[in-house]
Amino acid sequence: MDAPDNPWLSLDYLERNWDEVSEQLVIHTTLTLQALAIAFAIAFPLAVIARRAPRLSSPIMGVSGVLYTIPSFALFGLLAPFTGIGRTTVLIGLVAYALLVLVRNIVVGLQGVDRDVTDAARGMGYTPMRLLLQVELPNALPSIIAGLRIAAVSTVALVTVGVVVGYGGLGQLMFRGLQSDYRAQIMTATLLCLALALVLDLLLALAGRLAMPWARRRTAA
Amino acid sequence: MSTLSEAWAYLTTAENWTGANGITTPTFDGGWRFAQDSIIALTLEHLWMSFAAVALAVVVALPLGVFLGHVRKGGAVTVVTSNVSRAVPTLALLTLFAASAIGFGNNAVILAAAIFAFPPILSNAFTGMADVDPDIREAALGQGMTRFQVATRVELPLAVPLIAAGLRTAAVQTVATVPLAALVAGGGMGVIINTGLATQRYGQVLAGAVLVAAVALVTDGVMARIQHAATAKPLREAAAATA
Repeated sequence: MDAPDNPWLSLDYLERNWDEVSEQLVIHTTLTLQALAIAFAIAFPLAVIARRAPRLSSPIMGVSGVLYTIPSFALFGLLAPFTGIGRTTVLIGLVAYALLVLVRNIVVGLQGVDRDVTDAARGMGYTPMRLLLQVELPNALPSIIAGLRIAAVSTVALVTVGVVVGYGGLGQLMFRGLQSDYRAQIMTATLLCLALALVLDLLLALAGRLAMPWARRRTAA
Repeated sequence: MSTLSEAWAYLTTAENWTGANGITTPTFDGGWRFAQDSIIALTLEHLWMSFAAVALAVVVALPLGVFLGHVRKGGAVTVVTSNVSRAVPTLALLTLFAASAIGFGNNAVILAAAIFAFPPILSNAFTGMADVDPDIREAALGQGMTRFQVATRVELPLAVPLIAAGLRTAAVQTVATVPLAALVAGGGMGVIINTGLATQRYGQVLAGAVLVAAVALVTDGVMARIQHAATAKPLREAAAATA
């Protein structure tokens, strides 16, 4: 090999291309957060409906199971003709996948709430809304946080596939690095992806700890 | 609407299924490869790549998971591997392999897919073996079985449902991952989608996506059957009772 030096890691690359790298990182991060927020906003009512009306729960779970087997590459490709190339397409795909993970975990969390507890609350005259927000939701929180963490981490990884429709965040750098055989570009993007997933996971875990002071006390005792 | 009719036209054109030169085409060095213009050939190639990846993962992960589960050590390691692997973008692994000594093409894809198929097989085999009721193990040991006999004749049959579930997850996930191969000059059904995107024939993209999804769903169905068949009847009833 008499090819020019092609290192896997290069600070030089990062310095010279910081503008571009940070731009893609921001795109990657905002896409992930947006997808998670939208997915949660849709998943929560769906899960509550699935919980309240058991007859609807198996279709909801079934459809999300089937959707999950559709390859991401195919899904982005499938959407492209209808929603065009770019941000919307990627966002729809990401929301679809995050939705599946979230619905499952929220339903499992809500189902796991002790019947005696909900019965007691109902006996004390809680309205269904108050029961949901003040009793069921806090009790289901561990499972919901777990679902959010899985969804966040897999969404970060999935954004890269958006490269198919020309909007892949850090995946864009990976793909271009491959085309021009620039190893540092691929490696940098990969490491940033992993770091982003790790940071989001930690933040969500921390948010979970803050939101569930009772769980913390229990483990301390 | 035109996209839908285009997709239909693509799927109903016989030439698209068989290709111009049949299923395989000769390569320059006297070998052969699957034709890139034939749906049948690409499907076969897709199935072959998926099978190779899962087989590779099974050979490494299954004995390891069964062993670790039997001695009940390394639980934390299996959990960490399966969590970390979720965060690694498939595209990153594919591009990294392609840029390294492993190079472009199907072998890099098979290796990457095998790495992603590894964690579900490992963690399910571990959980299946480790979660066997301690009383049952004690009873088997008390009857004079050796540790090896306990592992193979008592724990393994009881762990089969979970192991089968892990294989199912791995297989479906692999079939859904292999299309990305088209991005790094590999074969499989992703080629149909990729070619369609590159030439802006969105009907072909849609047709390819439907085909890949169909293969993934069929795989899931077949694996569900296998899982059902591999699970002993009493265990099946117990699973139905708890589900």
